Amino acid sequence: MSTPTHSETTSSIFGRLGLESFPLHEPIIVATFGVVALGGVALLGALTYFRLWGYLWREWFTSVDHKKVGIMYMVLGVVMLLRGFADALMMRGQQAVAFGESQGYLNAHHYDQVFTAHGVIMIFFVAMPLITGIMNYLIPLQIGARDVAFPFLNNFSFWMTAAGAVVIMMSLFVGEFARTGWLAFPPLSGIDFSPDVGVDYYIWALQVAGVGTTLSGINLIATIVKMRAPGMTMMKMPVFCWTSLCSNILIVASFPVLTATLALLSLDRYVGTAFFTNTNGGNPMMYVNLIWIWGHPEVYILILPAFGIFSEIVSTFSGKRLFGYTSMVYATAVITILSYLVWLHHFFTMGSGAAVNSFFGITTMVISIPTGAKIFNWLFTMYRGRIRFELPMMWTVAFMLTFVVGGMTGVLLAVPPADFVLHNSLFLVAHFHNVIIGGVLFGLFAGIQYWWPKAFGFRLHEGLGRASFWLWVVGFVTAFAPLYVLGLMGVTRRLRHFDDPSLQIWFVIAAVGAVLIAGGIAAMLAQFGWSIYKREELRDVTGDPWDGRTLEWSTSSPPPAYNFAFTPVAHELDAFYDMKARGHERPLAGYRPIHMPKNTGTGVILAGLSVAFAFAMVWYIWWLAALSLAAIVGGAIWHSFNYDRDYHIPAVEVARVEGERTRALQGAARPRDPDSPREQDRDVLALAGA
Amino acid sequence: MSAMTPIGPSFYLTEEDHHPEGSTALGFWMYLMSDCLIFAVLFATYGVLGTAYAGGPTPAELFDLPLVALNTSMLLLSSITYGFAMIAMGEGRQRAVLGWLGITGLFGAAFLGIEMYEFAHLIHEGATPQRSAFLSSFWTLVGTHGLHVFFGLVWLVVLMVQVARRGLIEANQRRVQCLSMFWHFLDVVWIGVFTFVYLLGVLR
Repeated sequence: MSTPTHSETTSSIFGRLGLESFPLHEPIIVATFGVVALGGVALLGALTYFRLWGYLWREWFTSVDHKKVGIMYMVLGVVMLLRGFADALMMRGQQAVAFGESQGYLNAHHYDQVFTAHGVIMIFFVAMPLITGIMNYLIPLQIGARDVAFPFLNNFSFWMTAAGAVVIMMSLFVGEFARTGWLAFPPLSGIDFSPDVGVDYYIWALQVAGVGTTLSGINLIATIVKMRAPGMTMMKMPVFCWTSLCSNILIVASFPVLTATLALLSLDRYVGTAFFTNTNGGNPMMYVNLIWIWGHPEVYILILPAFGIFSEIVSTFSGKRLFGYTSMVYATAVITILSYLVWLHHFFTMGSGAAVNSFFGITTMVISIPTGAKIFNWLFTMYRGRIRFELPMMWTVAFMLTFVVGGMTGVLLAVPPADFVLHNSLFLVAHFHNVIIGGVLFGLFAGIQYWWPKAFGFRLHEGLGRASFWLWVVGFVTAFAPLYVLGLMGVTRRLRHFDDPSLQIWFVIAAVGAVLIAGGIAAMLAQFGWSIYKREELRDVTGDPWDGRTLEWSTSSPPPAYNFAFTPVAHELDAFYDMKARGHERPLAGYRPIHMPKNTGTGVILAGLSVAFAFAMVWYIWWLAALSLAAIVGGAIWHSFNYDRDYHIPAVEVARVEGERTRALQGAARPRDPDSPREQDRDVLALAGA
Repeated sequence: MSAMTPIGPSFYLTEEDHHPEGSTALGFWMYLMSDCLIFAVLFATYGVLGTAYAGGPTPAELFDLPLVALNTSMLLLSSITYGFAMIAMGEGRQRAVLGWLGITGLFGAAFLGIEMYEFAHLIHEGATPQRSAFLSSFWTLVGTHGLHVFFGLVWLVVLMVQVARRGLIEANQRRVQCLSMFWHFLDVVWIGVFTFVYLLGVLR
C-alpha cells in the first residue's frame, strides 16, 4: 500500500474533515456537546464579565512559578476526572441493563470509544497531571528551593499536557475516538482495521502530552539533584522527594519508548510502513512488547509519588519520624529497577514458553517484597504513635487496606498458569482499579486534603470531606468487588452485551457502587466550593496547621512567590521538626533582593500551535500541519533570542511581605485583602514590573 | 538585629545568597539519554525486523559501503571541528569559534547531502520504506538520525547568529556546550548505525 488515503473524499483545504465528521446522529454526544457548550459559554462569559482574562493571563497562564503551574496541573486533572468518570458511569449503566433482549443504550461503535477514552483519559490526563501537579508544587518547597531548575520549561510542560487534553476532548465532538482499548494494539489499530480518525486522535493527543511529561521529568530530576538546601544530603531528603525522584527517573527512562512506539505506529498508518502489520514481514507483537516496556514503569510512575505522600502523612499524623526511612528509600529504588523487568507479565498468553514466563512471573512476585516492606514501615510508624484521624490520615488507612487486597490479587495474576485463566477478564479490571484507585487516587486525595491549607491558606471543610471519604471507600468496594467475582466466573472485559441473565445482579451492584463514587466526587467538589466560600472561618495563619515536619510548613500559607525569604539550612531528616524542636527563630531583618525568573507566554503559544498541528495531522490537512510545525520551530527559535529572562524582587518588597507574615503570626493583623489570598504575590510581581 | 541571638546551629542562610550550581548540563544530559532511548527502540526494532525482507532486497544488495564510509568520515570530522570550536571558546576567541562552527556545519551538511543521495538511490531501486519490515526499520532508524542532524544544523546556524550578535556571554557559552554534547551524541549513534546496520548488514 503506497498511500494511506481511503475511500473518503479528501480535499486540499479541509483534508478528510467534512460535515459528516460531526457526530450529529449520536443523540448522547449532541446532548453532551450542548451541555459542554452552554457551560463553556457561561464560563467564558463570566471571565469576560468579571474582567479576569488579563489576571489569568498574567498571573497564571504565563506564570513560571512552580506553585501556580502545580495548581494548574491539579485543575486540569480534576476537570478531566469528571470527563473520565462520566465515561465510567456510561459503561456501568450499559453493562447493568444490556442483558438478553435489551441492547442497552450504547451501540458497539460508541461503547468501544467510551471504554478506550475512559482508560486513556484516566491514566494520561487525570492521574498524570494530578501526580505531576503535586510534585511540582511540593518538591521545591520540601527541598528549600525557590523554583524548579528550569521554570520556563515547567510552564511549557504543563501547556503541552493541557494541549494533549484539548486534542482528546476535540475527538468527542469532531470525528470520533479510537475503538481499540487504551493501548491501541495493532493490527486492530492499524490503518486496515481502523481507517478513521480515532486512532490518530489517540496518537497525537499522547505524543503532544508526552513531550510535556518527559520534559517535566527531566526538570524535576535536575531540581532534586541540584537545588536542595544547604545541609540536605540525599539521605536527609523528605521521602516524598525520594519517591518523586524515582518516579521522574522512570518517566525519563520510559516515556521516550512510548514516543518511539507511537511514532512507529503512525508511520504504519500515515506512510504505509510494515512495522506492526500482518503483511510484508511486520510483527504486531513487537508493538505489544514495546508499549508495555513503557506501560509497566508507568504504573510505578503513578504509585511511587503516592507512596511518598502516604509516608509524609503517616509520619505527621502519628507524631513520629517515619519508621525505617532508609529501608523506605531502598525499597523505592528496588521497585524502580524491578519495574523494568516485568513487562511481559501483561501478555503471558503471547506464548513465549515456560522459561520466559517463569522469569517474568518471578520478577513480578518479587516486587511485592519491597512494597510489603513499605506497608510494614507505615504500620510501625503508626505503632505507639499519637495518631490523629484527620482526613489525610483517613485516606491513608483506607489506602493500606484496599491496596493490600489489590497487591495480593496482583501476585495472583503474576502466576502464569493462573494468568492464562484470568487474562483479559474482569478479574484483571478489578485488580488494576483496586491498585490505581486504592493506591494512586486515594494517595492524591490524601495529598490534596493534607496540602490544601499550604496552597491556599485555609483548611478544607471536615464534614464534607468525611462524607466524600465514606462515599468513595464504600462506593469503591461496591463497584469493584463484583468484578472480581465476575472475573473468576470467566466474564471477559470490554463487553457491551451479555446473554446470561444470572450475571446481571453483579453488574447492577457494580453500577450502584459507581453511583456512590459519583456522590463521593460531588461531595469533594462541594467540599472545595464550601471551603472557599467559608475561607475566613477556616483560615490558617500559622502556615503549619498539622504540626508538620518538612520544610514546606516553615513558610507562610500560601507561600510567597519566592518561597523562602532566607534559604533554610537542613540539619536533620525532618528539617522543620528539628527547627521547631531546637527553637529556631525567623530572621526578621536583613532581607536582600531575590533573583527570580520572569513570566513568559511562549509556553501557551507553542502548545496552542501543537494543538493545531495535531488536529491537522489527524484530519490530513497537510498545509496546516506544515504551517503549524514551521511556526512551532520558528517560535522556539524566536524564544531563544530573548535573553532577558529574570528579575529581582526588591528587598523592600520582601521586607513588606515578611512583615505582614510577622504581624499575621502575632495575631495582630489579618491579611490586607481578605478576598484574595494571592494578593501578595500579585503585588510582588506588579512592583517588579513583570 | 540585636534580638536575634541564635541558639545552637543556624537554620537560615542570612549572610549570603544560596546559589545552586547550574543545572543545564545535567538537564541536557538527561534529555540526551531520553533521546538515546528513542534510538534504542529503533535499534531494537531493527534487530527484530532487520531480516524480514518479505522477498524484497537484502542489505548486501543495497548498501554501498565505500559511500557510507565516506559519509561516516564527514560526521567524524565534524565532531573534531566542533571540538576545535570548544577549545577556541575556552580561549575566548569569538571569531575562531564562529569559524569552526561554520566548518562543522559544512561537514554536517555534506553528511546529509550524501545521505540524501543514498536515499534517492534506494528509492530508485524500489527499496522504499513500504517494501518490507526490514526496509521500514532501516529507513526509520537512519532517517531519525538524519532528522536529528538536520535539526542540529538549524540549531547551529541559530547559535552562530546569536554568538555573532551577543558574543561569548555566559548564556551563549552554555548553549555552545549543549550543542556540543548533542553533536557528539549524534556521532556516537552513527557509529552504532554504521556497525550494526551497514557493516553487519553486508556481512549477513
